[in-house]
Amino acid sequence: MTARTFEQVRSIASDIFGISPDKITTESSPETIETWDSMQHLNLVLALEEKFGVQLEPEDIEQMNSIGAVAALVEKLQSAAH
Amino acid sequence: MSESISNPMLGEHHPANLRAEVERLIADGTFDRASRLLMELWRRDPAPAAASFVTSRLQELRDKLALTKFKVAILRSFTVEPIVPLLRAEAFAYGIDLEVHVGDFNTYMQDVLDDQSSLYRFAPNAVVLAVRTDVAAPELWRDFADLAPEAAQQAAERTVRGYERWIGAFRKHSQAALIIHSLERPSTPSMGVLDSQSETGQSGLIRQINREVRRIAEGFHGVYSLDYDALVARHGSEHWHDERKWLTARLPIAAGYLLQMAREWMRFIVPLSGRTVKVLVVDLDNTLWGGVIGEDGMAGVKVGPEYPGAAYQALHRALLDLSRKGILLAVCSKNNLDDAMEALEKHPGMLVRAKHFSAMRINWTDKAQNLREIAEELNVGIDSLAFLDDNRFEREQVRAALPEVTVIDLPKNPLEYASALRKCAAFERLTLSAEDQQRTEMYAAQKQRAGAEQTFQSKEDFFRFLEQEAELEPVSDLTLPRVAQLTQKTNQFNLTTRRYTETQIAEMVKQPDWHIFSIKVHDRFGDHGLVGVAITHDAGEQCEVDTFLLSCRVIGRTVETALLAHLAESARQRGRNRLVGWFLPTKKNAPARDFYQQHGFERQETNGAGSLWTLDLKSSTLRSPDWIKLKVATETKVGGKN
Repeated sequence: MTARTFEQVRSIASDIFGISPDKITTESSPETIETWDSMQHLNLVLALEEKFGVQLEPEDIEQMNSIGAVAALVEKLQSAAH
Repeated sequence: MSESISNPMLGEHHPANLRAEVERLIADGTFDRASRLLMELWRRDPAPAAASFVTSRLQELRDKLALTKFKVAILRSFTVEPIVPLLRAEAFAYGIDLEVHVGDFNTYMQDVLDDQSSLYRFAPNAVVLAVRTDVAAPELWRDFADLAPEAAQQAAERTVRGYERWIGAFRKHSQAALIIHSLERPSTPSMGVLDSQSETGQSGLIRQINREVRRIAEGFHGVYSLDYDALVARHGSEHWHDERKWLTARLPIAAGYLLQMAREWMRFIVPLSGRTVKVLVVDLDNTLWGGVIGEDGMAGVKVGPEYPGAAYQALHRALLDLSRKGILLAVCSKNNLDDAMEALEKHPGMLVRAKHFSAMRINWTDKAQNLREIAEELNVGIDSLAFLDDNRFEREQVRAALPEVTVIDLPKNPLEYASALRKCAAFERLTLSAEDQQRTEMYAAQKQRAGAEQTFQSKEDFFRFLEQEAELEPVSDLTLPRVAQLTQKTNQFNLTTRRYTETQIAEMVKQPDWHIFSIKVHDRFGDHGLVGVAITHDAGEQCEVDTFLLSCRVIGRTVETALLAHLAESARQRGRNRLVGWFLPTKKNAPARDFYQQHGFERQETNGAGSLWTLDLKSSTLRSPDWIKLKVATETKVGGKN
């Protein structure tokens, strides 16, 4: 994944989970981020969809189990759209 | 002026830097500046992620800022939680600190019947009933094709009766405003195009329910309809709906449109909270017409029925619609007066004319100063102004100098001007009084009065010349919306600044000890309409003035004395010995400060909130001035609405 996509995802995750961006890495997950519950997961999905103009499939959403996975998914959807 | 002017005030922060700056300002305790930057961040990026940031920072700021507090409860049949941060951030941009309570899924019936429910404990100012057709009228939504015509009709009638009972139950326990989502029609009816061939198809019956519910709502004070189908149509049904989210998370609205749902709610919340603007101040060049009148001349500026002038005419129509809703228009333009006036008076393409503007500042002074003067001339607070200007530099300058002004961000393309203006929630009104519809004419008459006043030697001569006639009457169904509106909006001549909704006033009318009077004033220059309200409450020997207020346009014309004398007379007739009243000072009500003292009241006590004044009705000589002709109507109680 590119640094730019990671930065964008990190900034969104920082807003949604209410933690500072420098505490977020590709490894960050619902296990390491306390506020990452099912409601915030939905909010993260909606924020990504709004920001990148994509629609996530239910199967994609289930696999978003770390920030790295989220960024990789966004990248995949964006390249599919272009 | 061009957009490319470089100015440090435009402060081109990167959004990430803006966030850091907001955090720094909060840590420093510079809350006003932090709040302004937070609003700027929201204006530039009104998205779900930013909403989370804004609401979490708002949590730290809310007690430090002068925000209007408002509580809304959302009773729902679908997931609304992701909309809540967007709604709160949007409310914050209007200066409202919005608290939101979300009901459990589909418990809206239990919630209204149980007077101990979490809904009533929350004590909302407004309640949104956001229920979808699949829950409110399930038979009409699914398997409609299986339903016999009579059964379908009965299902529709049952749904309407359900709403009627629900609204009645709600009103028994709460005086909050109620906003009811209309029921959505299916975008693909079960019988396809056949459905639209009859009024009793799936769509026809749902329309029938909506019509009936609206009719029922009209019988109540403070019950409003939100036209959900119109909202969806405005954005396009195919874009609006997200079947994936609906089936996985019970969220029917696509990510990109959650903000639009929040904004639609704001169109009700803003007028209900009283954060509306009273005056729209517009620029001329490249706002009311294309081009610069001073350079392009009458023949060169673009305004007329054909493109590109048609875009400006569309804006003119939007302005005239606002004027019909009682919003005053004013001009603030950097121009030579003669050039601008010639275009305003004579350009054949202009739909708005000089007569539509209640105040004008056409000069080369800075706009913030002009806006201050306009507010003063029209006797409104700075926070009652909105500002419309194509030039971003002017907008930012006004924002920086006068943060209370509602600055409307015009899009770059003039074709989008009219719709940007029409979407602004600050101009929404939920009721319209006769006064609203004639306001522009009333202000024009006011100018003539001010001119006349200067030619008289004494105030008394002027008052006699005015030939004022005042009509005093108890509040009625007809005047109730205006009476409530005045308690909501009047800031200057208002002794206690107590805000009441229509429902609360209707409730007071039912109490035998409470009396609510209104005063209408007419003079030789025209009609002022209903301009004053007084509410009194009898207790034992005394009659207490709960509310006494007067619209700013009649202050100082002795109408206030006539109204007070009437209260005294009326209390005396009911056998009271004393008339008492509080003066509760606010930032804005200095004009009313000496009112009781000037009318022979004596100060009885003073505390942190204000001072209490008393008039002995047996010895008082308080009379209405003889130059005001009085007409007093007898008691009629409010009956019609619930």
